[in-house]
Amino acid sequence: MNDEELYISNTIRRLRFFASEMTQQELADRTGVTRQTIVAIENGKYFPSLELAFRIAHTFNVPLSDVFTYYPENDPVNKKINARQVKKEKK
Amino acid sequence: MGHHEKQSIVSIIGSVLVIGFYSLYVYRNYIQADMELLNDFRFWGKSFLYLIPVAIVVQIVIQILFAIANRIITQEDLPDITDERDKLIELKCIRISHWIFIAGFMLAMGSLAMGMKPWVMFLILISSGFVASLASEVAKIIYYRMGA
Repeated sequence: MNDEELYISNTIRRLRFFASEMTQQELADRTGVTRQTIVAIENGKYFPSLELAFRIAHTFNVPLSDVFTYYPENDPVNKKINARQVKKEKK
Repeated sequence: MGHHEKQSIVSIIGSVLVIGFYSLYVYRNYIQADMELLNDFRFWGKSFLYLIPVAIVVQIVIQILFAIANRIITQEDLPDITDERDKLIELKCIRISHWIFIAGFMLAMGSLAMGMKPWVMFLILISSGFVASLASEVAKIIYYRMGA
């Protein structure tokens, strides 16, 4: 999935940098996951559970919305729903 | 390459070795001497019963050896936690292997329904179990590469 198509982006890399250049391993240790999971989240390849998302936000002491941003226009589910509505309206 | 991907590759190699050597052993020592054994249900029952513990023990030994070799070569410790992503990938892989085995089971029953000999059914059952376990490991590698 391209960056432009991402429907949930995150600022973890930036937040890590401003948190005294916290390493991925440190963040992983503080949130109870593996470093590979942090890498996957940062690259937008894996969307964490709500629990882990809150844990990450708590680690950086910021609200959840500062870590993750949702783009409904890129969400494939929304795209499907919209396409269905357009089809209905045409009928 | 991540630790889980390496572990899956080792597991695939282990599975291939176990099934390869076990099949060769059974063929050379039993089937070659008496082809009629293929139609003996007791022979297939014993073959299955021995294969399962042998495969488990060999896989455990191979994984232990891999962990030791990995520690010596990379100086990295094994991850001691299984997080939500690992569990999700595990579930997806189990689902894949489950469907492949079910398909194999249906095929095995189909062979009986079509009047084929029982050894064809047993062979399909063993093969589908083997393919299901391989597919599960391959899927694991792909999922870890993709992210989840």
